[in-house]
Amino acid sequence: MALVVKRPTLNFAEKIYLPALLGGLIITIKHFKDRLLGKTKVTMEYPEQKWDAELPDWYRGAPTLVTDEWGRERCVACQLCEFICPPRAITIKPEEIPNDTKWAKVEKRPQEFDIDMIRCIYCGLCEEVCPEQAIFLRKDYSITGYSRAEMMHDKAKLYELGGIKSGVVNKWNEKK
Amino acid sequence: MDIVNFLMTPEIFLVWTSLAKTLGLLGIILGFVSYTVYAERKVSAFIQDRVGPNRAGVPLTGIRLLGLGQPIADALKLLLKENFIPNSVNKFYYYIAPKLAMIPPILVLAVLPFGSELFGVPMVIADINVGVLYVFAVSSLGVYGIVLAGWASNSKYPFLGGIRSSSQMISYELALGLSVVPVFMIVGTLNLPEIVNYQVANGWMIAPYWIKDFDLAAVMANPASLGPLLVSSFSLQQLLLSVPMFISFIVFLVAMFAETNRAPFDLPEAEQELVGGYHTEYSGMGFALFFLGEYAAMIAGSGVIVTLFLGGWSLPLIPDGSAGWFWGLVNIAVFFGKVSALLFFFIWVRWTVPRFRYDQLMKLGWYFFFELALVNIFVTALIIAFIKS
Repeated sequence: MALVVKRPTLNFAEKIYLPALLGGLIITIKHFKDRLLGKTKVTMEYPEQKWDAELPDWYRGAPTLVTDEWGRERCVACQLCEFICPPRAITIKPEEIPNDTKWAKVEKRPQEFDIDMIRCIYCGLCEEVCPEQAIFLRKDYSITGYSRAEMMHDKAKLYELGGIKSGVVNKWNEKK
Repeated sequence: MDIVNFLMTPEIFLVWTSLAKTLGLLGIILGFVSYTVYAERKVSAFIQDRVGPNRAGVPLTGIRLLGLGQPIADALKLLLKENFIPNSVNKFYYYIAPKLAMIPPILVLAVLPFGSELFGVPMVIADINVGVLYVFAVSSLGVYGIVLAGWASNSKYPFLGGIRSSSQMISYELALGLSVVPVFMIVGTLNLPEIVNYQVANGWMIAPYWIKDFDLAAVMANPASLGPLLVSSFSLQQLLLSVPMFISFIVFLVAMFAETNRAPFDLPEAEQELVGGYHTEYSGMGFALFFLGEYAAMIAGSGVIVTLFLGGWSLPLIPDGSAGWFWGLVNIAVFFGKVSALLFFFIWVRWTVPRFRYDQLMKLGWYFFFELALVNIFVTALIIAFIKS
């Protein structure tokens, strides 16, 4: 059996519409008054006030490269991040580490490491896939530039943003 | 001295004082228009728990002044924007429509008494005997701007906006005209300054509870005299007439909302349904003229309501301009204060009431307000005829 929805029968006050109108006006003027007296919590004024202090630890900002505590760049140019990157923002050009240097046994390092910040979607897959814990999404969110070239983060820029991160990956350290 | 004598000859005096009044009023009104836009944005923001425009202040200094520079910045932006004209429009009517929307509301201001008198000059630009008829005749022309814009744009959404505007006009214009007839039956004239003078003597149209010849100092000196004064001031007719006056006021106010295309009757724009309505195809200054025309119409409409029902420039216990130039200025300030309060009400209603549907507006106009205004006239006539004042 079909469901019969009962039409509400309106009384006189509801029919002339004015009491409802008045009620609405009272609600809006209350909001106006509270806002005028500063009782309402309003939105933050962005460039002057920032939420940086309250960003959660898991916040996914700009992807960066990090060095370990001995100054070695952690990236070994395995290119997993390049392959998993959904918008293909990462471009890596690997090179061999010369035999006569300290970290020769690591064998590979990136010669060029570019992240196109116009393409990056801050998904964090690069961080998740990295076997060396070399790439991290930091808390920088306001990545802007006047040209496309400026938005292309190269290796130097990425290390500058990333800094040093001491972590659990110690397989290249002889002492441990 | 010759020049002073020349300027004081009656005809020349009329010419230059009228010019000065026109320019002064135009300046005040245009400032009012731009700051009504600011008020609209700020009040809507406050009602919706937002901040509203608060950045544009003094340029290059970082002083914000609560965003009071916003209207100037807006006007500059619209002046400098490209006035893009689509290829498919009817050029002549497309050009003329924004001007037709802007000019009528400003013409209405010519007959509004915006103050009592200043240095012996009456504060009304054109003191004509057909004042209210002129107001209705001119303000109804505003709809032509919208209809022409909708038609000349040669595009479906503006066209729908224009059609809606014309059908909206025929449904509220009757109620608008009929609702003020009781006012003329009581006052006996169409001359707006005289309507205000009547209200100065007998109390505002919607609240005629005025104590005639009230003298504060005399009553303070002899409080016992207040009683007989009250009895002599209030007649049964006057008290009964306040009921149809109140109905007139409500009908006129609602019809004025429709006349000025304000929410809840902003069907011609209806941005959620018709993109931008009649001004979809306009940009730059053409759009700005429509926008300013809407607000100028609001101000003119508020001025008419204030003049007809809310006592014009008068306020209890405040003398008129014959008592000195200071009181003349106070009267002008009172008029614009009342207009501002009414403008706030317009804005307040816009951010409270959802838009009426097209057929609901027609129904409201034809089934309720038309009848209400008509019955109101007869009730007023009966009260005036059978209950002696």
